[in-house]
Amino acid sequence: MTVPLAVAIVMSIAAAATPLLIAALGELVVEKSGVLNLGVEGMMLIGAVTGFAVSYTTGVPALGAVAAMAAGALAALIFGVLTLTLMANQVATGLALTIFGTGISALLGAPYVGITTAVLGPIFPAALADHPVLKVVFGYSPLVYVGLALTVAVWWFLKHSRAGLILRAVGESDEAAHAIGYPVLKVRYLAVLFGGAMAGLAGCYYSLVLTPMWAERLTAGRGWIAIALVVFASWRPGWVLIGAYLFGAVMTLELQSKAAGFSFFAPELLASLPYLATIVVLAIISAGRKSAKTAAPACLGRPFRAST
Amino acid sequence: MFETNRRGLLTGAASLAAVSVVGFPAYAKIGGKKDKVKAAFVYVGPVGDYGYSFAQDQGRKYLEQKLGDKVSTNYVENVSEGPDAERVIRQLAQAGNDIVFTTSFGFMNPTLKVARQFPNVAFDHATGYKTAKNMGNYNSRFYQGRAVLGTIAGMMSKTGKGGYVASFPIPEVVMGIDAFTLAARAVNPKFTTQVVWVNSWYDPAKEAEAAKALLSQGVDVISQHTDSPAPLQAAEQAGVIAFGQAWDMTKFAPKSQMTAIVDHWGPYYVDEVNRLLAGDWKPRSVWWGMKEDILEMAPWNPRMPEDVQKAAQKIVDETKAGTYDVFTGPIKDKSGKLRVKDGVKIPDEELLKLDWYVEGVQGV
Repeated sequence: MTVPLAVAIVMSIAAAATPLLIAALGELVVEKSGVLNLGVEGMMLIGAVTGFAVSYTTGVPALGAVAAMAAGALAALIFGVLTLTLMANQVATGLALTIFGTGISALLGAPYVGITTAVLGPIFPAALADHPVLKVVFGYSPLVYVGLALTVAVWWFLKHSRAGLILRAVGESDEAAHAIGYPVLKVRYLAVLFGGAMAGLAGCYYSLVLTPMWAERLTAGRGWIAIALVVFASWRPGWVLIGAYLFGAVMTLELQSKAAGFSFFAPELLASLPYLATIVVLAIISAGRKSAKTAAPACLGRPFRAST
Repeated sequence: MFETNRRGLLTGAASLAAVSVVGFPAYAKIGGKKDKVKAAFVYVGPVGDYGYSFAQDQGRKYLEQKLGDKVSTNYVENVSEGPDAERVIRQLAQAGNDIVFTTSFGFMNPTLKVARQFPNVAFDHATGYKTAKNMGNYNSRFYQGRAVLGTIAGMMSKTGKGGYVASFPIPEVVMGIDAFTLAARAVNPKFTTQVVWVNSWYDPAKEAEAAKALLSQGVDVISQHTDSPAPLQAAEQAGVIAFGQAWDMTKFAPKSQMTAIVDHWGPYYVDEVNRLLAGDWKPRSVWWGMKEDILEMAPWNPRMPEDVQKAAQKIVDETKAGTYDVFTGPIKDKSGKLRVKDGVKIPDEELLKLDWYVEGVQGV
């Protein structure tokens, strides 16, 4: 394998993995607080369209990314009010959020179909970012580095910070956390908003980096893969990272091997690889001591009503 | 091909009688003159894809514009090719539409099924091969445009390797790959086409990745048979030439897009609805192309060298005049076996079922 090809493959893997990673880390924090938000796909689409619109209007892609986070959080707030304050069913509300997000993003995005915008491109100087070999380290969109840094941040937050401990307590036993005096709903609101912001950011990765355009259903179901990754990683940030990059690798290698003309595999088999890989890893994880069932936060998906 | 059976006609007449008795405002039997036609369209993708479904919707708008008060239209987008399509088509038939256009290959069987249940509604299915007594089909000779793209690719490629981002191995797509490769090899006999299947009509991220994978393998032309401009954008970033799909996508790739195959369904829709209005609609198998103006090439990119522009224009002109057909023998298949003899054209029935690849196609 030649060096340029290897560089191209590594960069493709990072490009495919990053949005999954960012969205999944957001959802992980939400689920750790005991809330199941299935609206990731919808929030990603809202983020994607907002990011594109703001970037196109202002000409500053970074501003688009910030707006995408805000829009994702706003969509999550709707979910929060419905499920936390009004105690609607979380699964149904999450699904509704995805449908809502698909529709509203198509509506808001209609004026932006058929145009392109500046790319949220590499931040390092061109000497590094365009270098034929060094670009494998320096040639990415800032969001790729954000994804990696976010993994460490979320891991540290959950494992080593006091606030993270409270969040986990709320997710494991809301009654007990409430009894000690922690504001269960406030913690959950913050987690849901964070998850929305991350989904929005992941969404704008598509409209500002990967394919700098807006088209309906741009994310094509990646939000669901992000949700699956959280389970796949049994709610551990490090495993989310591995899972996202593994998924990115399998998706990239499928296309690369087809492009290279490998014909000893049937193309249908290659196309099924990402899903086979998911099943294999899930099987390995659940064969371990900590199975997916016990790793899930105990209060996941349960509404909380404060007892007085 | 079109069978008319007595029982079908009788049920048609009976249901017509029934609705007139209860004074239902519904459909007159196909064949009667109408003052106004209600037409419905079913799209596989979002109308905002700026590709195939977008082009279809432009056809619908053209119809409204041309016929004004005599037609009212409605459409359903994002309909997946499967059981859901049947539900959508049935609903449109029940809603009093006089004609339903189902615009994607995968809608063929659902359309046929619903057409049998609604003998008084006319159905037209795009890009398929089945018909019924109230269901016609229509298609565009996209391969004529592919031959133009292939000619440009063959002349402009330095590596002699073209990349092709393809959706599914159905006859429609196989035909495009073959036409592209045949035309390219006519000008550069060493030209090869590397195909990557993305198993989707519309998945921008995956289409972009497929194009990038091809580029890292050294292709310097990107052609696509998927519906989003994403592969074109990847080509623009890499600085290689590419072609738009279904619509002029210059805005996405001002440097890269040499031309595009532009679907122009409007004239066909106007023709069909006019026939309904006049009361002489019959199921037809329509397969039009450049000559009938439902397929056009987007303006040549000024960056295209003059001799290439001339060669491309020559293909267009000769196609319109009927003197050029890319599927004229001798044609060898992938394994080098002679499949079509010198001077023989592949007949339409065989083209519509095409499932083999010509010499020079790789990765299939």
